[in-house]
Amino acid sequence: MQLSETASSLASRPLFLALVTFFSICLLWQVLVSTYQVSESVFPGPLLVFDNFWQLLLEGSLLKHTAASLYRVTVGFYLAAVLGIPLGIALGRILLVKNILNPVIQFLRPISPLAWIPLAMLWFGIGDKPAIFLIFLSCFFPLVVATTIAVGSINKVYFQVAANFNFSRTDVLLKVIVPAIIPDLVTALRLTVSIAWLVVVAAEMIAVQSGLGYLILDSRNALRMDSVMVGMIVIGIIGLLLDSVVKQLGEGEATVWKKIP
Amino acid sequence: MEKDTLMDDEQMGYIELVNLRKEYKERRSVRRSHDDQEKKGDKLIALDGIDLEFKEGELVCILGPSGCGKSTLLRLIAGFDQPTAGKVLVSGHEVVKPSSDSVFVFQQDGLLPWMTVWQNMELGLNHVSCKDEKAERVKEYIDLVELSGFENNYPYQLSGGMKRRAELARALVVNPEMLMMDEPFTGLDFLTHMKMREEVVNMHEFIGKTMIMITHFIDDALTMADRVVVLSERPTKVKMVRELNVQRPRNIERDPVLRELRDEIYLMLGVSYVV
Repeated sequence: MQLSETASSLASRPLFLALVTFFSICLLWQVLVSTYQVSESVFPGPLLVFDNFWQLLLEGSLLKHTAASLYRVTVGFYLAAVLGIPLGIALGRILLVKNILNPVIQFLRPISPLAWIPLAMLWFGIGDKPAIFLIFLSCFFPLVVATTIAVGSINKVYFQVAANFNFSRTDVLLKVIVPAIIPDLVTALRLTVSIAWLVVVAAEMIAVQSGLGYLILDSRNALRMDSVMVGMIVIGIIGLLLDSVVKQLGEGEATVWKKIP
Repeated sequence: MEKDTLMDDEQMGYIELVNLRKEYKERRSVRRSHDDQEKKGDKLIALDGIDLEFKEGELVCILGPSGCGKSTLLRLIAGFDQPTAGKVLVSGHEVVKPSSDSVFVFQQDGLLPWMTVWQNMELGLNHVSCKDEKAERVKEYIDLVELSGFENNYPYQLSGGMKRRAELARALVVNPEMLMMDEPFTGLDFLTHMKMREEVVNMHEFIGKTMIMITHFIDDALTMADRVVVLSERPTKVKMVRELNVQRPRNIERDPVLRELRDEIYLMLGVSYVV
């Protein structure tokens, strides 16, 4: 009885539980490293990593790398959304567009963005551009497909309502299609932003001299596993933050109607 | 109430169906009954040689076995679909596309779920540029269906009956000549169904528009309609048209004419309600 009450009161405090989990993992990590006397150059302990984290933060390079990665993700992701969502709407609504473009999209979609690395470097050289291009590719196709499916699953009755009340094409777009797909779009954006964050690290290992991916690669070359782990941890934290930011989009009035059966 | 209705042409809202035929090409094989021989690629005749007229201001209920093309008929009248042959004439003009002259009340939820009741009501009033006039009309019809206080609620926050009333109000606010109702009581609980029946009849007496209602409840037709149309199974033809000159409020149990007609329709639809 009492035990289950404690469990249910704990369950209603997700943040507290999450912190406990993180702290326990760090503790276990430290215990393992100290017990087995692992070499610091192979598996540094949390204290060492934390120490290195402070160092990198204070000297400013951590912020610089994070900002560089975030910049590339933001630009690539926005480009993909700005181009991909309208294209998805067109594919979902206009059969001719679908018949012309869909085969190409389905053909390009399964090709991993990483396979584009050689071409991206050849076309865009070194710097932000190839990385942004790769992020764009990784987000563009999933967004197009998700938008197409979302548009296709809009209840036909709503289009009949629109026809009945003599809606213009713009009205159909703005009053029916866009609001109808917003809930599905938020989900799609959540998925793609995490893909973008995955891809930026890979892209930065090849084409640029900054960013968290570069930090990891550079630290590996210097055999600084503590810095490698700092890079990994920061990537994880920012991924978590990005997801919660996009998730916030899904908490507004624009999406509640779909959550209630 | 609405000044412009009264000034309208006397002939508005008069509907004529001339030898209406509608075929569909079957995409997949459908067998709706045992002796149905349809194969893939066959034509499905939904309606065949329908001649009907609906007088101005009349409330007509259309009954028929399920899958007989009742909804197809209504969609043709509203212009959502085009007949394979024959014509739909509204006030003498052929119907070629949907218009806000004949507003459809849908079987499932036709309210746009991402808009409040008020926003839904405004959908048909795009042509009204004056904001005050728009608000006044919306308010008037919200009051009419007794939804005051729920203007800013979303459809999911309303009960089934309130949603139907809101949809009815949205249809009426554009001041259409005709109202098409495709099984508007589907999914309502019994008591709400009874109340809505009464409300639609009162509404009809109040606004005097042509209303065509599809229902599979024989009692709906007998209590509400000025005229009852019974359709046959596919290929669908008109099986019976009957004028109901019975004073409202009607009570089927106490009225021998209605009782007899009910038996007749049950027989015609191939069911016996005495089990």
